[in-house]
Amino acid sequence: MSTPVLDVRGLAYAYPDGHQALFGVDLHVHRGERVALLGPNGAGKTTLVLHLNGILAAGAGTVAVSGLPVAKEHLQEIRRRVGVVFQDPDDQLFLGSVRADVAFGPHNLGLRGAELDARVMTALEQVGMAEHVDRPPHHLSFGQRRRVAVATVLAMQPEVLVLDEPSSNLDPASRRELADILRSLDVTVLMVTHDMPYALELCERSVILHDGTIVADGSTRDLLTDDALMARHRLELPYGFDPRTVGPAPGRAPAPAAPAGPTG
Amino acid sequence: MGAGHGHRLHFHGHSALHRAAAHHKVLALLGFMLVVVATPRGWWWAYLAEGVLLGGVVLASRVPLGFLARRMVVETPVLVFAALLPLIAHGERVDVLGLSLSRSGLEGAALLLVKATFGVVAGLTLAATTEPQALLAGLARLRLPHQLVQIAAFMVRYLDVVTDEMRRMRVAREARGFTARDPRHWGVLARSVGALFIRSYERGERVHLAMLARGYDGRIPLDLDRPQAPAVAPRGHGHAHGHAHEHAAAPVPALLTAPAEHA
Repeated sequence: MSTPVLDVRGLAYAYPDGHQALFGVDLHVHRGERVALLGPNGAGKTTLVLHLNGILAAGAGTVAVSGLPVAKEHLQEIRRRVGVVFQDPDDQLFLGSVRADVAFGPHNLGLRGAELDARVMTALEQVGMAEHVDRPPHHLSFGQRRRVAVATVLAMQPEVLVLDEPSSNLDPASRRELADILRSLDVTVLMVTHDMPYALELCERSVILHDGTIVADGSTRDLLTDDALMARHRLELPYGFDPRTVGPAPGRAPAPAAPAGPTG
Repeated sequence: MGAGHGHRLHFHGHSALHRAAAHHKVLALLGFMLVVVATPRGWWWAYLAEGVLLGGVVLASRVPLGFLARRMVVETPVLVFAALLPLIAHGERVDVLGLSLSRSGLEGAALLLVKATFGVVAGLTLAATTEPQALLAGLARLRLPHQLVQIAAFMVRYLDVVTDEMRRMRVAREARGFTARDPRHWGVLARSVGALFIRSYERGERVHLAMLARGYDGRIPLDLDRPQAPAVAPRGHGHAHGHAHEHAAAPVPALLTAPAEHA
């Protein structure tokens, strides 16, 4: 098999205050996969995410992105390859206009001039926000800000998109629009979420992180229907939602900007 | 959630004053205020001239007077102090309505009032006719140290976010039956301010993380607000008001809030 996009081996980490969040995490994500990272609050999901682009440095174990180990000397390249979309778009959009915010990442990668403009517009078109390019982020709706936050990372053309709670605080229409966008992208996705229907809809594969270790890894449908497993790890399905009665997840939607890509 | 369009101090318009370059307006304001402050006591004709000039500028800006008047409440503390001056100043006394007042105090109060009012009106007029982003660009053009412009930019960006947070905290207090009516309640308010500071500080850290995640390496990108290629299609969608020099800001997120006390 090809080199995994994300290759996490034996990752352990304790915060400076002594609290240990990760106890030997092993995780592989391959090109084109969309993987949901499930787990109760405090399981270490965010800590794991912060290791993927080198914001936290592994206490033990290794992280590699497409074969490149996450280490100080190539942090810049790692951060190009791993695009993290944080939960609160107000944290991600800190400049005065949508254009400036989307340009920030590629500018840090050294892009200038027409090339930078093209990156910005392409990324905004991918999330359907091109017409808002000159608006200040705080004038956008929450759902629009979340989409621009995704664009800020897409503009860096990452190899893997890491989303922290992408559906949180979205109204149902914005939630569905974001799902359509994520499906249309030809990019590997790791999605941290508590939203089980969203995981089932978007990700064929899920992993469960609990108490700092990966306790399950398999098809999302299998994991969500394993009641004992779910209960053991403080995971629950929303009322009335039964994965057994849900039809197959929709495939990649035909994208306006991105060609349909390979899966698996 | 969500903020209104434009800033609360800004009044959307297309007057000559709205179109004037921000750095010219800043310089004009600075020059005007220096002259006002330096005008000696007793030169009443000079004050009259300054007042006429300012009035003319306000009228030219076509900002409704009521809009400015409502925002002049910031002057209240100065008014209180001016009202006290005639009572507490020494020197020759005059009787007004049975009160023995100090003549120099009266004069001082009048001067203070005139200068403060000129300053507030001039400042509000600048704010009403200049978009915050354009103002930041103007300050950068005037070679204000870059870090200060960045901090101001962060403040503009996060002002609504922080005020909204403050409003939610107040609503949450009131929903539990708390209203701050007398000084005994100030302790609770102080703790709220402390909590707001901590929250804003933590947001600063999260913003910093998000910047790092996109490859921020300490360099400050300039002018990302406009297309980078030399000649491209015109901008001007939506609510950009065609300021050619809107300005991009970057780091020091931890400094985005005003200094506040520690809880």
